[in-house]
Amino acid sequence: MFSPSKHRLINDSSTKSGSAAKSVLENGSFENDSHANTSAQSHLTQLWAFIANHPKSIAAIILLISMTLFLTLNVNGYWDFALPLRGKKLLALMVVGYAIGVSTLLFQTLTHNPILTPSLLGFDSLYVLLQSLLVFFLGAMSFTSINPIAKFTLEIVLMFGASLLLFQVLFSKSSQDLTRLILVGVIFGVLFRSLSALIARLINPDDFVVVQSASYAQFNTVNPQLLGISLFICTISAVFIWRWRYQCDVLMLGKSQAINLGINYQHLAFGLLTVIAVLVATATALVGPVTFFGLLVCALTNRIARHMYHSERLIMVSLVAMICLVLGQTVFEQVLGMAGVLSVVIELAGGLVFLILIFMTQRR
Amino acid sequence: MSLFSSRAHASVKDNPALPAAPSSWQKKTSSGLSPKHQRAAIPPWLINTGSLIIMGLLVLLSLSIGVADFSWSGILHSIINHSANSDSSLLLVSRIPRTIAIILTGIAMAVAGMIIQVVLKNRFVEPSMVGATQSAALGLLIVSLLFPASALIVKMGVATITAMFGMMLFMLLIHRIPPTDFLMIPLIGIVFGGIIEAVTTFIAYQTESLQMLSVWQFGDFSAVLAGRYELLWLTGALCVLAYIIADKLTIVGLGDNIALNLGISKRQVTWLGVGMVAMMSAVVVVTVGMIPFIGLVVPNIVSRLMGDKLRRSLPAVALLGASAVLLCDIIGRSIRYPFEVPVATVFGVVGTVLFLWLLLRAPAEQ
Repeated sequence: MFSPSKHRLINDSSTKSGSAAKSVLENGSFENDSHANTSAQSHLTQLWAFIANHPKSIAAIILLISMTLFLTLNVNGYWDFALPLRGKKLLALMVVGYAIGVSTLLFQTLTHNPILTPSLLGFDSLYVLLQSLLVFFLGAMSFTSINPIAKFTLEIVLMFGASLLLFQVLFSKSSQDLTRLILVGVIFGVLFRSLSALIARLINPDDFVVVQSASYAQFNTVNPQLLGISLFICTISAVFIWRWRYQCDVLMLGKSQAINLGINYQHLAFGLLTVIAVLVATATALVGPVTFFGLLVCALTNRIARHMYHSERLIMVSLVAMICLVLGQTVFEQVLGMAGVLSVVIELAGGLVFLILIFMTQRR
Repeated sequence: MSLFSSRAHASVKDNPALPAAPSSWQKKTSSGLSPKHQRAAIPPWLINTGSLIIMGLLVLLSLSIGVADFSWSGILHSIINHSANSDSSLLLVSRIPRTIAIILTGIAMAVAGMIIQVVLKNRFVEPSMVGATQSAALGLLIVSLLFPASALIVKMGVATITAMFGMMLFMLLIHRIPPTDFLMIPLIGIVFGGIIEAVTTFIAYQTESLQMLSVWQFGDFSAVLAGRYELLWLTGALCVLAYIIADKLTIVGLGDNIALNLGISKRQVTWLGVGMVAMMSAVVVVTVGMIPFIGLVVPNIVSRLMGDKLRRSLPAVALLGASAVLLCDIIGRSIRYPFEVPVATVFGVVGTVLFLWLLLRAPAEQ
């Protein structure tokens, strides 16, 4: 739970001392409150306390249930047809959830700010722009005929270089002025999208189809070729991130504090930015750009999680993101019969969460 | 308020935090204003004449570019012979309406941007950043779905009302944001507009009218022919009205206290301004679609050149707005000849670059 004081501490950590920093990581208040209340009260509050104390297991259970629902609802006996198809889609949704959730969380740690996401600052429109540029310069024929692994490697290298540049521009000049930073990032995103649109108009229609398939958020159609690569990338990244989790905890105290406490900041920041770039590229390659999804799941996670430790929140955020996608897709596809709506709904909810977060920061 | 520092000493007067002592005040004015004054020494008539000449050249260029065969000598021929030929009918049916539509749209968006900037006292807003154009599109979609047979003027009326409603909601949202945090307002505006757009897209998706929607969401002049753009003249009338009430708008832009002192009803003028912006956005969305960033970039450039006195700067805003859209349309038509790139796409690139430039060189928050 992001209580106000913690919130601010993440914003301008340079003014806070080490002792205050402890309260960022130890979120005791939530537990204490619920214990005091449950002692004499009904089962409902007891149940709530249990849920509040075991958010990870609860989330895992919900995820399992939604996975089962996703695979089995409305199959009507065509198991051997439905299961592989849905399994692939399920896997893709989970990969995307993991990639977006974790990359946003790490980005927020790196920038010490709970209202930023890589996509808000234009990182995934950058990916779409790179796609368009590649098609523009190589042509659709050679673009589609490159070995997918080579292509993806090339894209990720380009993406990493470009996002390093963008990061430099955004954070060297105006790191003090958060509003300007976000606004500049948002406008960079608009610029990248406009440039992609311009390129899309300049290339011939066959090439345009190739670009367009890369530039829309579609949870329904997932490129199976990319799925294997993405899975591989996610596994590798998970290993790295898990090894960095304690360093990330320290990094949350602020740049200078982290350096004082013996973190190799340059090294860690470089590593984190690489992982973020790779994960953003992966998620965007699979489903296209989504602006606010990462923000939504991170805000949810920060409310639910008991600590600000990365070991807890990284798992939580992956679970929450996967639940949102899998359960949302199940509900919209099987229950409501509206297949393509999920991304719109997520953007809507995420946008509202963003506004709420802004107003919460504003009030202090 | 810091945004207004470059142009009006009156905004300094407006700030109660500054020392009111006459001596320091005098000093501030003279030292703060004289270098600016020298920089803005280009007289307005020169700027206006210059922009008028540029616009005239662009109009000629705009009239002669196109896919169909067209020659000025053919026009001359038809004028001498008093008979219509293919060149003159092309000019009358397609080229001239298109050029007029472009000019009117450019004027309307730039003037609307200027009005909303003055009313909200913020340099970084424009109709698409306060939810006006998006709400207009939403209203248009709803009325087209519910009453598909209604007249164009009814649809436009509904779009105006929803645009006003969207702007009111936005003003309610930003009510508590301190005026010093001038970049927060465009940021919230962008997200707010995005939310309205998501709702609109959702409705359009469910009713399978995405194609209809994309016409309004994407500014493009390729469909403009005689008989299909005349509504835009309404925005011309609104611009004249804006010029008439320019002084009142300027005074309201200087701050609540000054407006009160000078006997201007702030509420009335604000509502008039908001209504005009809503109407202009609605008309432009109905006839050609959204063209973002014109209302933002053009007024900023003009106010850098000639200050913020609306009666003086509005003609320049209008002329420069028209020239900007003309130029982008010409670029869009020639960059991949004989195909056309919509003007919104071209201005999306040009406008964002200019906006980034404005953002990065704006003064930091105090």
